[in-house]
Amino acid sequence: MTLIREEGAVKDRFTRADTLDAALEIDGPALVPLTIAADFAKARPGAEFGISVPGSTPIEDVRPHLGGATLVAVEFPAFADGRGFSLAKKIVREGFAGTLRASGPLIADEFADALACGFTEVELPETMANRQPVQQWLAARATMSEHYQTGYGRGPSILQKRLAARKGA
Amino acid sequence: MYRYDEFDERFVRERVAQFRGQVERRLDGSLSEDEFKPLRLKNGLYLQLHAYMLRIAVPYGTLNSAQLRQLAHIAETYDKGYGHFTTRQNLQFNWPKLKDVPDILGLLADVEMHCIQTSGNCIRNVTSDQFAGVARDEVEDPRPTAELIRQWSSLHPEFVWLPRKFKIAVTGAEHDRAAIKVHDIGLKLKRNEQGAVGYEVIVGGGLGRTPMIGKLVREFLPKDELLAYLEAVMRVYNSEGRRDNKFKARVKILVHETGEEEFRARVEEEYAKLDGPTINAPDEEVERIAAYFAPPAYDTLPEASQVLDQARAIDPELDRFVEQNAFEHKQPGYIALTISLKEIGAVPGDMSADQMRAFADVAERYSFDEFRVTHAQNLVLPHVKKDDLPAVHAALKAAGLASANAGLITDIIACPGLDYCALATAKSIPIAQAIAKTFADRERQKTIGELPIKISGCINACGHHHVGAIGILGLEKGGRENYQITVGGDATEHAALGERLGPGIDAEDVPAAIEAIVETYLAEKTGEESFIETVRRTGAEPFKAGFTAFVESRAVNSEAAE
Ligand code: SF4
Repeated sequence: MTLIREEGAVKDRFTRADTLDAALEIDGPALVPLTIAADFAKARPGAEFGISVPGSTPIEDVRPHLGGATLVAVEFPAFADGRGFSLAKKIVREGFAGTLRASGPLIADEFADALACGFTEVELPETMANRQPVQQWLAARATMSEHYQTGYGRGPSILQKRLAARKGA
Repeated sequence: MYRYDEFDERFVRERVAQFRGQVERRLDGSLSEDEFKPLRLKNGLYLQLHAYMLRIAVPYGTLNSAQLRQLAHIAETYDKGYGHFTTRQNLQFNWPKLKDVPDILGLLADVEMHCIQTSGNCIRNVTSDQFAGVARDEVEDPRPTAELIRQWSSLHPEFVWLPRKFKIAVTGAEHDRAAIKVHDIGLKLKRNEQGAVGYEVIVGGGLGRTPMIGKLVREFLPKDELLAYLEAVMRVYNSEGRRDNKFKARVKILVHETGEEEFRARVEEEYAKLDGPTINAPDEEVERIAAYFAPPAYDTLPEASQVLDQARAIDPELDRFVEQNAFEHKQPGYIALTISLKEIGAVPGDMSADQMRAFADVAERYSFDEFRVTHAQNLVLPHVKKDDLPAVHAALKAAGLASANAGLITDIIACPGLDYCALATAKSIPIAQAIAKTFADRERQKTIGELPIKISGCINACGHHHVGAIGILGLEKGGRENYQITVGGDATEHAALGERLGPGIDAEDVPAAIEAIVETYLAEKTGEESFIETVRRTGAEPFKAGFTAFVESRAVNSEAAE
């Protein structure tokens, strides 16, 4: 797995576990499926953990865990499955302030969109990372310097910039 | 018309560079073929039967002369000397080479054009009324709305990987020429009782293999809430639209399976959670865009033109042309003129580079440098002085662009079909040509009157056959091409899907079958009824009877020949 952020590749602090038993073995923060998140939190009160949710998950199912988890990994089954982008927007809207991860075989061309929808990082399978090394991700992110949509990404949208220019003039 | 500012300009240039990079990364193996495919589609590049096809966006069908001259240049330099206007108000080149595509995109950017989202599972080029800003029955010009949506939907971070393609159409008029009821989202500008302007929002219409008429989702959406509301609809669709079956992935299926009311409730629930003011376009921006569509500097003229009347009296050809192809303009002394790209025997929608240049000259000189592309694969000169019509007609005639058949039975919409399309199951263009030849006689066309025929070469329905007054669908049956005929389809405010008349027939029988259908119409019609009005009144039954009789007579003939 390779973890990519805006500034480049970073180390993963989390360890994935699919079962409660496996999760309890882990030193350091565990990344667990939604289904065992409640049990894990009960068994390890106060321990840092993340939850892993498929992009198709309704926000209602994710909401109860957003207070406890410091990481939410949204799973993309395929790079062309855009549901994760909408789920990210909904999670951010809930006020989640932790790390939001897009996980799956995304392509570099989606990096800017993922960040604009609120993701902090992308977790890539190794096969993908080999074909599309980190430099490609950083380059792809920088290809488009502006966006029209207000409410996405960090900088102001083109519409907001136009308005500001007019007000300043 | 709209002109790019520095932001639009940079955006389109960067998009060209981005695509160039994507092509390079495909060639060096960074991107697999599966990964590259949606990227090239989102930039309008298809792989067809014989070659690549590049689809160029003509946002809401509006172009100027410089743009058309550039298209002529591209057609000559990189294609076979012509382009093809589609039913989505776009232009396609059928023979570009992959290596040339980034350069073509650069040439397009030079004239404020692009191929962004003309294909792929994303929000497609937004379409509109070809008589926008001209029609008398208009509440408000739909083009500023369409331009706002063009910008908002361009590389939208959340909605570029939708379950399926997504088409939006906008109209501002009472009479719907934009087919809003058969789009994923249809918007109609209207006034509420208090006199405020807003939108009627229709969702879930569409053609293809499961044709459906859209459902009214919002009776009245205040105009300044547009983008936030669109975001809500798109988010519900992106999250919940089916991804397990490509043929069930359009929003029409989601609306159908969820139920109209439940779908509406989900959209409203999502909408209630949005912080509208942070999403919607500021008033100043809406006004900035609208200013580009202000009426041109018309001369003050009387409604009637003596020059034209006299010329018509002595030139029957001009007379027929004006009678058939002119559309009433809201400005006295002007008309809008439909230029039919349906010369008898020609390929519907095709235009040669020479014709493009000649037409660009006419538009520049006589129509404030502007023209429109219609979803019927024709062009429109939106603002022609009646006094100028004789000269315009002469210039068009010299370029082979003066067919006086707009809206008539020979003004046929046809998808590319087996001549170009990899998905086709049957021919489409040759069928259109055969029908046009059968009905070539002008008097006969005039007697039959308005009759839109629409032909698709497979069930994907790019020729919109479901909403043709006569629809023709080409299929393949037992190794032979087989054509199903429907009547009663309508894409206007009376939206209806055509009804099948009987079993499919052979290609060579299609023109005679259309003749049989026309005979039924002429026998059934009362007063000044058009074809579609007659079908609406009588239902399909008399047409089925006539068609069945035709099919039986054909069967007898073929047995006798053995
Ligand atoms: S209707 Fe079928 S044959 Fe015609 S263009 Fe569409 S996909 Fe191709």
